[in-house]
Amino acid sequence: MANLTFKMGGIHPNDKKISERCKVEVLPLPEKVSVSMAQHLGAPATPIVAVGDRVKVGQEIAEPAGFISAYVHSPVSGTVTAIAPRADLAGNMVTHVDIAVEGDEWMEGIDCTTTLVPEIPEDRNAIVDKIKKGGVVGLGGATFPTHVKLCPPPGKVAECLILNGAECEPYLTSDNRIMIERTSEIVVGAAICSRVLGDCPVVIAIEENKGEAIMNMSSALGTLQRRFHGVYDKIEVKVLKKKYPQGGEKQLIDAVMGRQVRSGGLPIDVGAVVQNVATALAVYEAVQKNKPLITNVLTVTGDCLPVQHNYLFRIGTPLSFIAAHAGGVPDAAAKIISGGPMMGKAISNLEATTVKGSSSLLYLTYDQTKRVPATACIRCGRCAEACPMGLEPYLLFKLAKAGDMEQLEANAVHDCIECGCCIYSCPAGVPLLDLIRPAKGDVIRIIRSRK
Amino acid sequence: MNKLLVSPSPHIHTSLTTRRLMLDVIIALLPVTLVSVYCYGWRELMLVSVSVASCVLLEWAITKYLLKKPSTIGDLSAAVTGLLLALNLPSLTPWWVVVIGAVVAIAVAKMSFGGLGQNMFNPAIVARVFLLISFPVYMTTWSTIDVGKAWSFAADAITGPTILGGLRVDGVQFMEQVGSAGEVSSIALLLGFGYLLVRRVIKPWITLSIWATVLVFATILYFCGGIDPATGLHVNLHPMVSLLSGGIMLGSIFMATDYVTSPMTTRGGIIFGVGIGLLTIIIRQWGSYPEGVSFAILIMNAFVPLINKMCKSKKFGRA
Repeated sequence: MANLTFKMGGIHPNDKKISERCKVEVLPLPEKVSVSMAQHLGAPATPIVAVGDRVKVGQEIAEPAGFISAYVHSPVSGTVTAIAPRADLAGNMVTHVDIAVEGDEWMEGIDCTTTLVPEIPEDRNAIVDKIKKGGVVGLGGATFPTHVKLCPPPGKVAECLILNGAECEPYLTSDNRIMIERTSEIVVGAAICSRVLGDCPVVIAIEENKGEAIMNMSSALGTLQRRFHGVYDKIEVKVLKKKYPQGGEKQLIDAVMGRQVRSGGLPIDVGAVVQNVATALAVYEAVQKNKPLITNVLTVTGDCLPVQHNYLFRIGTPLSFIAAHAGGVPDAAAKIISGGPMMGKAISNLEATTVKGSSSLLYLTYDQTKRVPATACIRCGRCAEACPMGLEPYLLFKLAKAGDMEQLEANAVHDCIECGCCIYSCPAGVPLLDLIRPAKGDVIRIIRSRK
Repeated sequence: MNKLLVSPSPHIHTSLTTRRLMLDVIIALLPVTLVSVYCYGWRELMLVSVSVASCVLLEWAITKYLLKKPSTIGDLSAAVTGLLLALNLPSLTPWWVVVIGAVVAIAVAKMSFGGLGQNMFNPAIVARVFLLISFPVYMTTWSTIDVGKAWSFAADAITGPTILGGLRVDGVQFMEQVGSAGEVSSIALLLGFGYLLVRRVIKPWITLSIWATVLVFATILYFCGGIDPATGLHVNLHPMVSLLSGGIMLGSIFMATDYVTSPMTTRGGIIFGVGIGLLTIIIRQWGSYPEGVSFAILIMNAFVPLINKMCKSKKFGRA
């Protein structure tokens, strides 16, 4: 069978997976961590510790401050030295809990062994509670609280859980590495999510450029199926074509199920729930090992970096510590990106700290990342062809320039997923998304204000 | 640490540029340019040089002295227009007529609309039609192909009508393929078409829909036109002759596919192509000009905004 992919738009940038063969290394503990209270989509968490408190690894240090919010745990053991607003990766001032690291003392009850626990608990509510208490959020980019996503609103039924192993952004390899190295744990995590969703079928979707991950995943799945059957028999691995933005939720659902989430709708409307492979691993650890989400894997990469790394890091570790450990910032680096080159954020300094959803530290040289001077649109239509949402970026750009909100809405600017395919493919270097992005925000605010 | 760049995503960009696309069009036009220079000799060489040089110079002068903006000739679009204009003219066209054509193409049809990307009509075609109306004699005096004489400075070129011109004058007859310089070799044009497709510069739909329409319509005319009792031959041209003669090949591959003046979507492109095919045959059959492609493209250019409105791309998740 031909590999699956989404039908509309998409681009094929060089995937540059130069760090794909680098095994995950455990990053040493820094002297101090600074843990953000806004590591998830929704309301920032409320700190429940005070300056001077002694905390252990895995201890709750903040509670959710709303329905869409998440617990935050201490990633280290030590003393709380400050609770203060600091700039996060995006430059927003957010409350951080600073902890001076002393030793590495874990909370009791956390299973730090590598023994696989493949038996899936029966009690769904208990599972959801553990996921919630474990502070698990989506690690594919949006950091949406996982327990909320696993509890569809009444009347909606999950027909398929898609495990997102597309990792379609160039350079990023952290998902690939955990799929290779922690395969069985991910499969168990997927089975747990499926149990919560009423034992729905699971598709583990991986792009074709990750051969080793596909092989390992298939064999680990086969082993678990032979031993346990049950919910494991409902899991299958499907191979996707290499195309960006395959890992976009709507695109992935289209690729795997052939269904299009309607504009303004949710995946569950078409019976789909999407979770990232790293999230499945976090679910496994939270449910089977009582280990809250305090670590994640991040790629340190770039063509100008002599040695590539994939690190298992403690959340709250300063970026400067990671960069120093990876050999320092290369002289040729002109831009440092947290995330992938298509949707990641360019950061102005390394003072911020890692969060749950940190996936990479990417160095790009000036030649790789410089913007070409914008020249006249030649109406070649490449942006419209590349748009995975079927929009007309050239038109939206013109309308955004003119501030025509009515036409922007009529032309569905609010459907834009900000994947960057339009700018990427424009031969005239027109900064399409730069203007479409704020226009989208304006139109969404207008639509909301009507309600 | 160096000063870091900070900008919104995405942080990488395709290596494709406008200049590269235009260069590809020039490369695709090389086979037919070389063949026509070979066939029509030094006159054609001069024609191409004058046309390209005057288009590029004019755009440079307009941006520098009138608009006082950075020059745009680096994007090579003026060179493409110049080359296309030359290939749309008979090889015997006097140099000063070519210069007038360049003024019309660049100054009137392109720069006064705001330059590349803003013009409604294909500049080279506007120029060709302008010259055809203003200098009908020069524009319909085609040289026959005689390679030996073409390269001799002494002999006068021999002139004759194209198949289409001939048709109008003498009824059915078969001649050598003569016409505007760029119409000399369909094989060279197809080579260029192949190159543009392989390099993904254009999509084939506009071109193919023009060909299909011309073939269907010309076939109907061929069989419905009946047979001339005097000669025992069909009154109307054989469909393949219709397709391969005159400007259909050059127009459908290089002029109708101009990004700026053609529709954005594939569906729109097909409507556009069918329109050009129909109008071409109608003008050839019943119009007062021997060749209809230029007029057909120009007329359909005017419909592009309408077609773009009609043929919106299908949006994700919206039925």
